[in-house]
Amino acid sequence: MNTLQLVGAFALSFFAVVGRLTLFGVEALSHCLRPPFYLRSIGRQLIDIGYYSLPVVGLTAIFTGMVLALQSYVGFARFSAEGAIANVVVVSITRELGPVLAGLMVAGRIGAAMAAEIGTMRVTEQLDALTTLSTNPMKYLVAPRLIAGVIVLPLLVIIANIIGIFGGFIVAVYKLGFNPANYLQNTFEALHVDDVVSGLVKAAVFGFIISLMGCYHGYTSRGGAQGVGQATTSAVVSASILILCFDYVLTELFFAK
Amino acid sequence: MNAALPKISIRGLCKAFGRKVVLDGIDLDLGSGESVVVIGGSGSGKSVLLKCVLGLMEPDAGSILIDGVETVGLRGEPRDEIGRKFGMLFQGAALFDSLPVWENVTFGLLAQQKIRRHDARGIAVAKLAQVGLGADVCDLAPSELSGGMQKRVALARAIAADPEIIFFDEPTTGLDPIMADVINSLIVKTTREVGASALSITHDMASARKIAHRIAMLYQGAIIWAGPVADVDASGDPRVDQFIHGRAEGPIQMAVRA
Ligand SMILES: Nc1ncnc2c1ncn2[C@@H]1O[C@H](COP(=O)(O)OP(=O)(O)O)[C@@H](O)[C@H]1O
Ligand SMILES: [Mg+2]
Repeated sequence: MNTLQLVGAFALSFFAVVGRLTLFGVEALSHCLRPPFYLRSIGRQLIDIGYYSLPVVGLTAIFTGMVLALQSYVGFARFSAEGAIANVVVVSITRELGPVLAGLMVAGRIGAAMAAEIGTMRVTEQLDALTTLSTNPMKYLVAPRLIAGVIVLPLLVIIANIIGIFGGFIVAVYKLGFNPANYLQNTFEALHVDDVVSGLVKAAVFGFIISLMGCYHGYTSRGGAQGVGQATTSAVVSASILILCFDYVLTELFFAK
Repeated sequence: MNAALPKISIRGLCKAFGRKVVLDGIDLDLGSGESVVVIGGSGSGKSVLLKCVLGLMEPDAGSILIDGVETVGLRGEPRDEIGRKFGMLFQGAALFDSLPVWENVTFGLLAQQKIRRHDARGIAVAKLAQVGLGADVCDLAPSELSGGMQKRVALARAIAADPEIIFFDEPTTGLDPIMADVINSLIVKTTREVGASALSITHDMASARKIAHRIAMLYQGAIIWAGPVADVDASGDPRVDQFIHGRAEGPIQMAVRA
């Protein structure tokens, strides 16, 4: 009986959160589509989310590409199919690891920052102040972040893809002693438009998820500094889980026949 | 004053959070050009009352007429139109810390497109002068200002768009007595200058006496006494007496949990 109650209570609160989140997302989206558009804020977010994430995303990508080449060499050496390494690196980076790792890194960096900034604005009544100054906080704060997230994550992933594949190239050529020209040719043969595009679509969805989670948890934070701290944690954790979850769903949509 | 339509007319306003009833049938009027101060203990629901009037919170029941227009349940453009009549000074100033002082002051004007962006700085200087601040604070960030200066900037922001009704949420809380008096004087001066009506809430009696025409006391979710500021010492209500003299003993028992 008690367990049942527990499960019931959990299910209820889970669906309540999903419901609130959906309403929040729909309202925010509707503000993305209706003027006025705060181009200045969108520009600032593009730089915050995109430009300042470059080092983190680049480092993640290069080491991932390198380790992919190394690992798959260990695996493939047994079957003496070393030429397949370029293929493995390209396909895994463009389809999966580029978008997912960039998404997770940006979620940690940006999701937390958004939740902290908007959460602080909530508890210091700056959100209320916006409303009294004829400005809708959803439109002024949330919409630009959503728009910037959707635009900038695919751009970051393009760069992550290039750097990641380059990381694989470095290991293959300088450590495993492959012929650079052959490796490059294999790389270009392995590169498929579908794979890249599917990765970029994933990235756009992840960008939306990161901004939505950051804004939602900040917007709904309660109770001073502790509440804001909790909001940042929730933003990062929920964005990361949703990214992995949607990664599966989107892969299923794109590639499962 | 009674003959004219009141700027704000509140009737039977109720608001509860879960089982906790905060406002339980508030009746209050604010005449044109009048300054009403609502006094009451911490946690008595003064801020909630203000937020209901401002439309930041949805009341559970009751009616709030602004210039005769019902605003409870009002949304969209009509609500925004009412909102443009308001100026609000928040308890913690609530300046936008990502923007410099001049952008804070002119934020509402820019949002309503009453001014153009490259004129904004000059207008900010004029508004800041009204609250006794020099042009040198224009480019500072709010975090670089003292509490009293933040309050002044927030006051400049609240009056910038020449509102018809200004709300003050504990304008003197957290300030030293001298700065508190400076802010009180500025409130009286600026409200008169823009010709606005004012609804304030405070638990600072010195402040209330200085800025109010009329005082209303909020206790247990209702207005238990209201009258001209001169009558507050002879209200005949022991609860009002206890509050204005700040005595621990009396009919008001402070709840430990606010
Ligand atoms: N958003 C809210 N959710 C739940 N309770 C609230 C909320 N806002 C205020 N309260 C409660 O309402 C009561 C009155 O708060 P408030 O109006 O801020 O008091 P004060 O008179 O000090 O301004 C407090 O007990 C507070 O806990
Ligand atoms: Mg308060």
